[in-house]
Amino acid sequence: MIDPVQTETQPEPEPLMPPQTPDFPRALAANTGLSDKIFRGVARTGGTIVLLIMLLVGVFLLYNGYQAISVAGFGFLTTQAWEPNNGDFGIAAVLSGTFFIALTAIAIAVPLALGTALYINEYAPRGIKRALISVVDLMAAIPSVVYGLWGLFFLQPLILPFSQWLATYLGWIPILSAPNFDPSDPLASPTLFTSSTFIAGIVVALMVAPIASSIMREVFSQTPLGEREGALALGATRWGVIRTVVIPFSQGGIIGGTMLGLGRALGETIAVYLIISPVFIIQPHILEKGANSISALIALRYNEASALEISALMAAGLALFLVTLAVNFGASTIIARSRSGASSEG
Amino acid sequence: MTTVLPDAPTEVIAPATQAGRRTELPAQAPASDAPETRRALTGVRFSDLMRLVGAAAASFALTWWIFSQLLPLQGVLGFIVTCFALFVIIFGVLVSLDESGPTVKDRVISVFVHGIGVLMLLALSSVVVFTIVRGWDSLFHGNFWIMDMSATGPLDGLDSGGILYAIIGTLIMIGIALAISVPLGILTAVFLSEVPGRYAKFVRTVVEAMTALPSIVAGLFIYASVVLILGFERSGFAASLAMTVMMLPIIIRSADVVLRLVPGNLKEASLALGASQWRTVWNVTLPTARSGLTTAVILGTARGIGETSPVLLTAGTTTFFNVNPFSGPMVSLPLATFNFVKSPEPTMIARGFGTAVVLMLLVIVLFALARVIGGRGAGVLSPRQLRKRRLESVNDLERITRGERAEADQPTVQQASVDAVAQAAAVAAAERLVARSRRGRRRKDDSE
Repeated sequence: MIDPVQTETQPEPEPLMPPQTPDFPRALAANTGLSDKIFRGVARTGGTIVLLIMLLVGVFLLYNGYQAISVAGFGFLTTQAWEPNNGDFGIAAVLSGTFFIALTAIAIAVPLALGTALYINEYAPRGIKRALISVVDLMAAIPSVVYGLWGLFFLQPLILPFSQWLATYLGWIPILSAPNFDPSDPLASPTLFTSSTFIAGIVVALMVAPIASSIMREVFSQTPLGEREGALALGATRWGVIRTVVIPFSQGGIIGGTMLGLGRALGETIAVYLIISPVFIIQPHILEKGANSISALIALRYNEASALEISALMAAGLALFLVTLAVNFGASTIIARSRSGASSEG
Repeated sequence: MTTVLPDAPTEVIAPATQAGRRTELPAQAPASDAPETRRALTGVRFSDLMRLVGAAAASFALTWWIFSQLLPLQGVLGFIVTCFALFVIIFGVLVSLDESGPTVKDRVISVFVHGIGVLMLLALSSVVVFTIVRGWDSLFHGNFWIMDMSATGPLDGLDSGGILYAIIGTLIMIGIALAISVPLGILTAVFLSEVPGRYAKFVRTVVEAMTALPSIVAGLFIYASVVLILGFERSGFAASLAMTVMMLPIIIRSADVVLRLVPGNLKEASLALGASQWRTVWNVTLPTARSGLTTAVILGTARGIGETSPVLLTAGTTTFFNVNPFSGPMVSLPLATFNFVKSPEPTMIARGFGTAVVLMLLVIVLFALARVIGGRGAGVLSPRQLRKRRLESVNDLERITRGERAEADQPTVQQASVDAVAQAAAVAAAERLVARSRRGRRRKDDSE
C-alpha cells in the first residue's frame, strides 16, 4: 500500500553511478599459511580418530550382533529364555525387565528431582543454596557401586515391611500385586519381596535423581526475573509464581531432564546386578523377587566361552544401546526446542 | 421514574469527572506519638511457626498411636512416610482455619517441597554415611592401606590383607586412559569448535550419541575386540581402553561447550593482529578456556574411576600386586569393592565397604578440585594469576617505550628497518596483551 504511493510522489533518484555489471559474491577463501594447514589437518585427524572409534563401537556391535540375530530371527524380540547354545534366546524378558526397573526408577526419581530442584531454586535460604547445589552435583558423580552397596545392605532390610504393606493393601493395583504372597497367611515370609524390581528401581532412582535434579534446577534458574516479578506484582503467592511462570517456562527442561535420567537408568549395571536375582520371564510384578535387565545379563554371562553367546550378548547390548540412543536424542531435541533450552546444553 | 434513570448516571459520573484529576487518598490514621516500629520483612511468621510445631507434634503422636495401637504396621520407613503425610494434612487443616484458599495451597505446597528436599538430602547423605560407618573398622588397620589380598583367606580378620593393589591398579588404569583421552579429546573439541563445517557437525552428532553408550557396552566392545579377537589377555591396558571409550565422549562434549564459550572478540582481536589460526588457538582460545577444560577432564576422570562394569569385563580378577598393565589381570577400586561384597563373609563385606569409602573419597577430592578450578568462568583469573598478568603487562609496556626511545635516538640510521623492528615488537606485545592481560578483566557474566 505504501510503496506505490511513495514511488508515485517521489520518483526514484537518478543513480549516482552508472549501472555496472551485477555483483558477485567475493571469494572469501583466506590465504592460510602452512602452519594453519597443518593445524587443521591435525585437528581433523583427531576428530576422525574419535569418529572411527565411536563408529567402530556401533559397527562392531551391529556386525557381531547380526550373527546372533540371524540365528534367532524374529524370535530375538519375543523369546524370554536365554540359552544361546540351544538357539533358544531372546530379549523379551531382559528388555521388559530393563524397562520395568527404569520406569520404576523414573516414577520415584522425577518427583524427588523436581521437588529438590524447586526447593533449591525457590525455597532454600540463600546461604545454603550454593552448598546444596554442590552436594547434588557431587551425588551425581558418586560411583554406582556405592549406591549398589547402600541398596543391598541398607535399603533392602528397611523396605521389606513397606513392600509387604503395599502388596497387602494396594495389591489390587495390577503392577503392585504379588500373586505368590498370601496376606492372610501370618507366617508369610517377607523374603518373597527381596531382590525385586521395586528395590532395584529405588536404588537407580536415587542415582538418577541428582542428574535430573541438576538439569531441572539449571533451567529453573533461567526463568526471566521480569516474569517472576510480574506474577508477584499481580499478587501471586510463591506457589502461584512457580505454577504460572517457572513451570511453564521450564517444561522442556523438566521433560529433557527426565529423559536423560531415563537414559541413565536404562544403562545402569552394577547397582542392579548387586540387588536383583535374575529371572528369564517377563516379570511385571515389581514387588516380587526376581528381575532382570540387559546390562545385568551382560555382566552375568560375558564369561561364557562360545562365540554365539558373545554374539547374542552383543545383540542384546545393541538393543540396549539403540534404546538409550533414542531416549537421549529425544531428550536433547526436547531441551533444544523448548523456550528455556536456547542457552542450556542438556 | 423514567426521567430519573437517565439522570442518575450523570449524577454519579459528574463528581468522578470533576475529581478525575485528583487521586483519592484513603483517610490517614492520626499520627501517633509512639515511636515507629520496624516492620518484620522476614517470611517466617510466628503463627506459621506455631502451626508447624503443632502439626509436627500432632502427626508424630497420631502416627505413634496408629502404629502401636490401631493397625498392625511396622518398619521405620513406613513410620516416616505416614508421619510426613499426616503432617502435611494436619498443617493444611491448621492453616485453613484462618487463611484463604490460595494461601492454604501455597503453605501446604511449600511444606511439601521442603519435605521432598529434605527427604532427598537425607537419602543421599545416608548413602555416604552408611558406607563410611560400615567401612570404618577396616579403614583403621594399617595393613588395609599397604597390603594386597594374596595372603589373606576368606576367613581372616581385618588385620590381614589390604587394598593397595586396587589403589595402584586404579591409578595405572586411569593414568593410561587419561594419557589417551585427554589429548585426543581436547584435540577433537578444538576441531569441533575451530574447524566448523558439515564434517565437524557429523562428528559432534556421533560424539553426542556416544555419551548415551551404556558403560557395560563399552566394556563388552573392548572384551570382544581386544580380548577375544585380537587375543590379548585381560589386563589393565584393556580396562583402560574400555575406560577411554567411555570417557572420550564425556570429555569431548564438555570441552566443546567450554571452548564455544570463549568470547569471539578475543579470537578476532588476535586474528586481526595477524596471528595465524593455530597461534590464536594456542595463545588465546586454550588458555582462556583452561579452567573449564580442566573441569571437563576432572569430571570425566571421576566418571571413569567410578565405573565398575567396563573394568569387570576387561581387567580380570586378581589378589596380587600387579604394576604391569600389559600382562596379567589388574583390579581397580570399584571392581575390588564389587568382588569383596559378593563374598558372604562379614570381614570381606567390611573390606568392600572400606574400599568403597576410599573410592568415594577419591571422587569427592576430584570433584572438589574441579569446583575450585572450574568455579571461575572462561578467562576469569585467580588473584595470583592476575598479579602475574599485571607484572607481565608492565614489563611489556616498559619494553615498548624502550623501543620508542631507541627509535627517537637514531632517527636517521636505516629508518625503515628500525620502523619494522619496532612495529614487530609492538605487534608481538599487543598480541600478548590481547591474549593475556585483557581477559583478566573480563567478567564471568560476559562469557556466560
